[in-house]
Amino acid sequence: MKNCEYQQIDPRALSVSPSSAQNHTEKKAQRPRRKWEVFPGKNRFFCDGRIILARQSGVLPLTLGLIVVTCGLFFAFDCPFLVEHLTVFIPVIGGVLFVFVVISLLRTSFTDPGILPRATPDEAADIEKQIDTSGSSTYRPPPRTKEILINQQVVKLKYCFTCKMFRPPRTSHCSLCDNCVERFDHHCPWVGNCVGKRNYRFFYSFIISLSFLTSFIFGCVITHITLLIDDMVMLSCLDSSLCTVVELVICFFSIWSILGLSGFHTYLVASNLTTNEDIKGSWSSKRGAEDSGNPYSYNSIMTNCCVTLCGPMPPSLIDRRGLLPPDEATPAASASDIELPLFAAKNDTHMVG
Amino acid sequence: SRPTVFIQRDYSSGTICKFQTKFPSELESRLDKQQFEETIQTLNNLYAEAEKLGGKSYLEGCLACLTAYTIFLCMETHYEKVLKKIARYIKDQNEKIYAPRGLLLTDPIERGLRVVEITIFEDRSIGSGR
Repeated sequence: MKNCEYQQIDPRALSVSPSSAQNHTEKKAQRPRRKWEVFPGKNRFFCDGRIILARQSGVLPLTLGLIVVTCGLFFAFDCPFLVEHLTVFIPVIGGVLFVFVVISLLRTSFTDPGILPRATPDEAADIEKQIDTSGSSTYRPPPRTKEILINQQVVKLKYCFTCKMFRPPRTSHCSLCDNCVERFDHHCPWVGNCVGKRNYRFFYSFIISLSFLTSFIFGCVITHITLLIDDMVMLSCLDSSLCTVVELVICFFSIWSILGLSGFHTYLVASNLTTNEDIKGSWSSKRGAEDSGNPYSYNSIMTNCCVTLCGPMPPSLIDRRGLLPPDEATPAASASDIELPLFAAKNDTHMVG
Repeated sequence: SRPTVFIQRDYSSGTICKFQTKFPSELESRLDKQQFEETIQTLNNLYAEAEKLGGKSYLEGCLACLTAYTIFLCMETHYEKVLKKIARYIKDQNEKIYAPRGLLLTDPIERGLRVVEITIFEDRSIGSGR
């Protein structure tokens, strides 16, 4: 009998909590869940949803490590020498650039790039109704597209099967993060996140400041070695000059790729293109260099730059820290409805047993 | 679930947030075409204000860049301010116009700025409830 009574308490607790008014205390005991906990994409969240990262953030520690180690070596070994021989501003400039680089990098990695939330079931059903599905729906039908006019130019919108909606223009689905991202540029493994509408300006300031930092360190290291050779001191302090050589090697190899990337992205910013569009050749010039056929370009380098880098900061659309509405609890209610007969059956068996 | 009408985005002017002003046939019995168009047009104007490029937004952008974007951690952006304005407008419209006619407007921000969702409440017993 004791067993029966104990089991009877459980289903009542389950069915009472979603609907009654006393669910406030129940909810506090159950800790209301936030939306990031049920997010469908492949992302990781930290600090209770404040920080968002792609699932595979593999190379981000390497990027951070390289930057911190190189700057550390710079401050430890080159700065004392150069402060004596040149000016005290060298570590100051280095410090400012280093701080700027790290902050930009972290902002790029931890900001929502412009993820579009997936369509609600009602929306998806509505879109399905509007599409002419004459074929059978047992397997994936051919890609659905919709043609629209943007600034008198025909643009094709593709239907995203994962997110169940027609992708807005310039939006692309990232397979690594399993999300549709607005103004999708590319998925950057170094940064461990997609680069899209909301974090492109952080990414751009990261690579520009990193170019300055790398060039600055490279220049200082060259100066250091030149001065050492002049003093013929190099052979006597081998370990400190070894560190300088290590910095030289790192800077030399990274400077070409970083400068190249900065140059490429400056071109993209000036013509209001994304890496994705450039690689696919979406707007290949048909009429000549002036009119590249890009319907989003303002046809002025200054305007394009201002729009991309200094435009208004759009909000995050995925509302990571919002609380899940109580509707989410109704599945529990239906589950408990299903459970009740089971408990009743169990009761019977107990009474029998 | 209740019947719902979805007002889709209008991309004819580019990627700015703008909704189609075409009056859906499902609302014909409930709402004036003009009422509907006015609501959507005001929403479009508010979103245009949020995304407006001009001196003020550039200043905000440059200031943010100079502070290594840390300023966004403590200051509310212009866009967020306008979103609050939009939320107030939608609440206002719901109270004054849509709720008395058995309709409910959902703020597009809750649908990722993809659609304006209008839920139709069947209090006029036109059809059977689902």
